[in-house]
Amino acid sequence: MSNPLKAKDRMAVPQQKMPQREPLQRIKSFLEVPYGLTEEQALIEASRCLECPKAPCIKGCPVEVDIVGFIRLIMERDYAAAARKIKETNSLPAVCGRVCPQEEQCEIACVMYKKYGPVRIGYLERFVADYERDNNLIQLPEIALPTGRRVAIVGSGPAGLTVAGDLIKLGHQVTVFEALHRPGGVLVYGIPEFRLPKSIVQAECDFMAQMGVEFHNSMVIGKMETIDELFEMGYDAIFIGTGAGLPNFMGVPGENLIGIYSANEYLTRSNLMRAFDFPIYDTPIIRGRNVAVLGGGNTAMDAVRTALRLGADNAYIVYRRSEKEMPARIEETHHAKEEGVQFHMLTAPARFMGNGDGKVASMECIRMELGEPDASGRRRPVPIEGSNFVMEVDLVVVAIGNSSNPLIPRTTPGLECNKWGNIVVNPETMQTSRPGVYAGGDIVTGGATVILAAGAGKKAARAMHKYLMEEVKK
Amino acid sequence: MPKVVDNVQIGPSNWKMRVEVPRLVAKAKAGQFVIVRVNEQGERVPMSIAGLDKAGGLLTVVYQVVGKTSALMTTVPSGGQITDCVGPLGVPSHVEKWGTACVIGGGIGIAPILPIAQAYKEAGNRVITIIGARSKNILFYEEEHRQVADELHVCTDDGSYGHHGFVSDVLKKLLDGGVKIGMVMAIGPVPMMKVVSNLTRQYNVPTWVSLNPLMVDGTGMCGGCRVAVNGETKFACVDGPDFDGHLVDFELLTKRLTAYREQERQSMHRFLAEPGCKLAKDVESFVYPN
Repeated sequence: MSNPLKAKDRMAVPQQKMPQREPLQRIKSFLEVPYGLTEEQALIEASRCLECPKAPCIKGCPVEVDIVGFIRLIMERDYAAAARKIKETNSLPAVCGRVCPQEEQCEIACVMYKKYGPVRIGYLERFVADYERDNNLIQLPEIALPTGRRVAIVGSGPAGLTVAGDLIKLGHQVTVFEALHRPGGVLVYGIPEFRLPKSIVQAECDFMAQMGVEFHNSMVIGKMETIDELFEMGYDAIFIGTGAGLPNFMGVPGENLIGIYSANEYLTRSNLMRAFDFPIYDTPIIRGRNVAVLGGGNTAMDAVRTALRLGADNAYIVYRRSEKEMPARIEETHHAKEEGVQFHMLTAPARFMGNGDGKVASMECIRMELGEPDASGRRRPVPIEGSNFVMEVDLVVVAIGNSSNPLIPRTTPGLECNKWGNIVVNPETMQTSRPGVYAGGDIVTGGATVILAAGAGKKAARAMHKYLMEEVKK
Repeated sequence: MPKVVDNVQIGPSNWKMRVEVPRLVAKAKAGQFVIVRVNEQGERVPMSIAGLDKAGGLLTVVYQVVGKTSALMTTVPSGGQITDCVGPLGVPSHVEKWGTACVIGGGIGIAPILPIAQAYKEAGNRVITIIGARSKNILFYEEEHRQVADELHVCTDDGSYGHHGFVSDVLKKLLDGGVKIGMVMAIGPVPMMKVVSNLTRQYNVPTWVSLNPLMVDGTGMCGGCRVAVNGETKFACVDGPDFDGHLVDFELLTKRLTAYREQERQSMHRFLAEPGCKLAKDVESFVYPN
């Protein structure tokens, strides 16, 4: 059944709110915070779509999901078909429905945005993906006849999985190499269970495997095989999607005290290694009472909310600019505030002091004010002299971003990198300076988002398909 | 899942495990390490490479029972499996021809120093090997080292076998006796590596040490293994594990190794209390390392 409402009536339908666990309840566990829309809510929300012929939302999507098309299928109550419509261009709908910053991509482009609030595209995407999975309606897409071409994908994060999904459908033979013992990359080690359940990532990877993608875990390319050796092994094209993967520290005194983690380590212990379930799982994690997370991005929000769930009495975000400049999604900041996270804005650490056993006990901070805009366009924080003060902390998580991991650039002659160590690519094709070698995601852009990585994977897959069919003779 | 060819006890608390990982072994070099996970709930544990059988595709690791994970490892039967074995990780030991090189292994470090001694030997060096342990019954690999070394010194802290004293005493005697040593490589407990480095600094002998900080991924991603070398923070997993012993901040390393002491005790006690645990009789006598 198509939408019977006239445009004006559609605008009058109230925007649906995501049902979610109560803040004081949810910080006692790692269960996912939003429950997902009910079917009834999804139908109401879908009925708000104006089905604009120009569909500005689709242009806002890095992987150009046919948003109008899938919402129309929701109106027809064919939710599995809606999920398949999304999967035509996005291999990871259950993931993207949860972690995409829709408010700055598809939803900000919605013509309803200003006056009525946008159609909640992300909620709807999540709804259909969950519906399809929970009701066992997942169908294998049509796979093209084998081309005889072999592709190696290094890294199984959102970029690598997207390339794998796209190229396997086109009939190529695809192998994914993952350094850790479980596929998913940042979706598994970085994003916490309460925001993206690991069973969902596993289901997406299982789906890839059913389509024929081969996963080789615990394989560190650059250490085990080099890129050149992969070619010698008979791979015709290679995609590098190894992520950012080398955490930055601040370089202030006392930073190597026990109890000062990079966000990568803190989150990997809790997420991948399930240290929150210690001692059932063997990996330990320090549970602080007074926890400071340094940084203002999504990773910082993930870390600070993890700290609350691990029993912190006080969990602080310490950020050197003001809230307006924080790169975190508004929704994440909002969730953190609801849960009781305390925000210390315009504050930067100056040094860390230990307790004599080498464990962090306090942190000296300095207040900042905003000066002239810097290269990033954000106003530069300037220390206020004499404003130093001391915070008591027994756990600090440094979430100020990553540099690029050197393992592959160091072992791949002729692979051009910029001065930050990021791989240089042609932005149209994602091809590197080495023929047949493509790259995308954080290893190219530096720290970004899941969907931008998926978008890069999409572009790369398109160019790799062309390369495989035109340049590789079989 | 990698197959454990054999897993045998070689001392009161030392075990030797050989794992069939042909691709890893083909790539690995002396001085590198692997990360092992015993089962699904297991930690990722870095282990130095103690032997590479290139023809058989077998990796040897030697481990001491110091906590839950190493205790759990002893329960893997020969012919059994472990969940993961990833590597080779880290930078291989630097090898060149110095003339005479001295390798020093203390305690469990006697194992990973062996492939390094072999590599030094193959590069044309005269190799002096010094191995030491607390007591005779803890010593192992003496015969293996004798086959590689041009000159082997064995010592025990309590004098129950070989030279009575520390490995550094033997090294000092050699240096005082005018033996020209171009390079010293030491692997063992942190205090031993520190004493050796302090000694060779006085004699101006370049010295490498292999560091064993706590790690998670082993590929540079987590930064848990950071060590201070010459005042600079380094990641042992991608920049090491070998560093210039004269520049390493050993105090920091010692402290950081104690980060999870409490959880380690808790985990071990829980493990020993499991029904059927063969190590349970040792629960009272179990000695936690410092």
